[in-house]
Amino acid sequence: MSGLRKDLLTATMAIVFLTLVLGIAYPLVTTGAAQLAFPGASDGSKVEMDGKVVGSKLIGQDFKGLPRYFQSRPSATEYSGDVTYFNNLGPNSRELSGFFAEQLAAYLKRQRPYNPGLSAADVPVDAVTTSASGVDPHISLANARIQARRVAEVRDLSLTRVLDLVDEHTAGRFLGLFGEPGVNVLELNVALDQGAAE
Amino acid sequence: VAQGWAQIVVFLLVLTALVPLVGSYIAAVFQGERVFLSPLLGPVERFAYRVLRVRPEEGQDWKAYARSIVVFSLLSWLALYLILRTQGVQPLNPEGFGSGPWNLSFNTASSFVTNTNWQYYGGETTLSYCVQMVGLTVQNFVSAAVGIAVLAAVIRGFAARSGSALGNFWSDLIRINLYVLLPISFVAALVLVSQGVIQTLDGSQTFHTLAGGTQTLALGPVASQEAIKELGTNGGGFFNVNSAYPLENPSSLTNVVELMLILVIPASLTYTFGRMIGNRRQGWAIYGAMMAMFLVAVAVVYAAEQHGSPAQHHAGLLTASIEGSTGGNMEGKEVRNGIAQSSLWTAVTTVTSCGAVNAALDSLTGIGGLVPLASMGTGEVVFGGVGSGLYYMLLFVLLTVFIAGLMVGRTPEFLGKKIESREVKLVLVGVLVTPLLVLFAAAWAVASPDGTQSIYNHGPQGFSESLYAYMSQANNNGSAFAGYTGFIQPNAPGNVGSEAFSFANLLGGVVMLLARFLPMIAALAVAGSLAGKRVAPAGAGTFRADSPTFVVLLIGVVVIVAALTFFPAFLLGPVVQGLTDQLF
Repeated sequence: MSGLRKDLLTATMAIVFLTLVLGIAYPLVTTGAAQLAFPGASDGSKVEMDGKVVGSKLIGQDFKGLPRYFQSRPSATEYSGDVTYFNNLGPNSRELSGFFAEQLAAYLKRQRPYNPGLSAADVPVDAVTTSASGVDPHISLANARIQARRVAEVRDLSLTRVLDLVDEHTAGRFLGLFGEPGVNVLELNVALDQGAAE
Repeated sequence: VAQGWAQIVVFLLVLTALVPLVGSYIAAVFQGERVFLSPLLGPVERFAYRVLRVRPEEGQDWKAYARSIVVFSLLSWLALYLILRTQGVQPLNPEGFGSGPWNLSFNTASSFVTNTNWQYYGGETTLSYCVQMVGLTVQNFVSAAVGIAVLAAVIRGFAARSGSALGNFWSDLIRINLYVLLPISFVAALVLVSQGVIQTLDGSQTFHTLAGGTQTLALGPVASQEAIKELGTNGGGFFNVNSAYPLENPSSLTNVVELMLILVIPASLTYTFGRMIGNRRQGWAIYGAMMAMFLVAVAVVYAAEQHGSPAQHHAGLLTASIEGSTGGNMEGKEVRNGIAQSSLWTAVTTVTSCGAVNAALDSLTGIGGLVPLASMGTGEVVFGGVGSGLYYMLLFVLLTVFIAGLMVGRTPEFLGKKIESREVKLVLVGVLVTPLLVLFAAAWAVASPDGTQSIYNHGPQGFSESLYAYMSQANNNGSAFAGYTGFIQPNAPGNVGSEAFSFANLLGGVVMLLARFLPMIAALAVAGSLAGKRVAPAGAGTFRADSPTFVVLLIGVVVIVAALTFFPAFLLGPVVQGLTDQLF
């Protein structure tokens, strides 16, 4: 019994000590160091335009189908940055398949005036599937290259300039090996609005 | 696609190179030696012993060691439960979240104390920064340290030449936190921040988007939580969608760093084991068995996800890889991760008991979804949770030795110690408790209306969701087919609606606690029983446990125990969906 009592006391002190070190000191010191060393990144990598915050470069947003903008991937969460959840429909879900068919038709309808002959087989998967986060900041290169024709025509820009801009805003693989290249949609659209392709 | 395989292979080579380095370091920490951080952290360590009134050199036998763990975990559970239930009156709560309801807090407290980190809670929608730091981060550290401490004790029992002492739990707890988990987490957190993982105490921010809408960004001290969440194979996200969320895992660099954090301790502990028993080959043999099973898991899930899903094919989508696009099943995956890194992550986080996700597992293909289920079904012994993976695997090693002994008609022995009736009984308790809990809980959940109300998807996927929920919680993993009760979380402001269901909360909580502590105590009892045994020198007839033959046999035992237990259940869910193109 004395062993048990001693354990209770020791455990209580251990929890207090470890909470102070790991629950208070560690996160606060990390916060201080992070704010000093990486002030922009630790606050959410915000993107400004004309002195106003218009988003985070890491968080995709809704471009509402506006033809002058590159469009993000479909989102199950309406691009929410404060209530996150997955789409969660299974691989054999009829509902999910119907959703894909709708998205595919919508994508083709939006792009065909600018990409004559575009067929379902040309549409990259990321363009019609929901991302995991609901706010995937990237689209695939294939998706961006298709959309570039629309954006160039609507903005009356040269396609080559727009494609160059796409490349500029493509995050490559880590060490050229890990992950997949992705085109940052918000940064690309901000650059377009700022006249980078003119 | 070749690019994808190259990523996976290079990653595993780097991991293997790290194993001896980290493994020796952890061995030094286990053995109370001075390490390069001692000048800095030694005073903190000694101060801790004074506060705790502990003499680190005072050994505990297995019963005393186990009692200390149970008492510590029980009080940790109470502390976390109280923290969750009083959130409303605590500071650092910029969104003004209320306190957690009793049923959800029961589940969350059980989940974090058992190193499971199952998410019935919604991180950014229900938890304050104070609870994330003082409640969850602390348990991320200490529950991981408990697992590693038990392994340290078990190894000492295996290696002991005499006596019954397995070490001192309090000293192990302090040293593992101070010398292993804390420094790596701190450095890793800063690396993550440099890439865009946030670390701030500011509240959420709302702004006007480019297209004229508004978006609100939830913020918080994420990086400090993220680092230990991966390193301790915990897995509970600051955000509901976990490491799929760009503010937890923004780039291909962070994805690789986080994967390495998850694997590095469980993988390196095999080396620690080899070193401490004085037979490095034995450590590598176990590492080899784990790696072989892991390779199969990652290959299957990658191939399945690259193939795409019936839902995609029915909609007329092309899922082949084309110029500038990975193809494959990108539903519920992020572009920067693609198919390869999402598949690698899925395998890594489910063979280990991490349970963090960077993709939506509910949307994996049938066979792709079978991989995490089967990986957990092994009992999390393929690397497994920090500490727990290896002590669980050592139970399988003893079982294999026993079966091999029966086959050749010799008294089974491991490391020169005879494995007798008492040990084999304890091993069987340890190995069978978890699968039995999974089957019992999953059966209850699919057979009662209280359980089925949690299901989201129609058809076999609904069954898979239920099986997954209890497989994950019983194996202290924490990943989910998140449709399961997830559908009542999203639209919840504050705590309303995030309660999941009492049935699911309670059954899950009880399963996590039993499946964590019963095998843990069994492993300690085995170690205690082995500690005092005489070591017989190896002879010509000794069946060597560090040979390739043994590795194959060990894999066979693990696979057969897992497959025989769960095969029928797998057929009903993921396998059915993998074999049919039918929609449900």
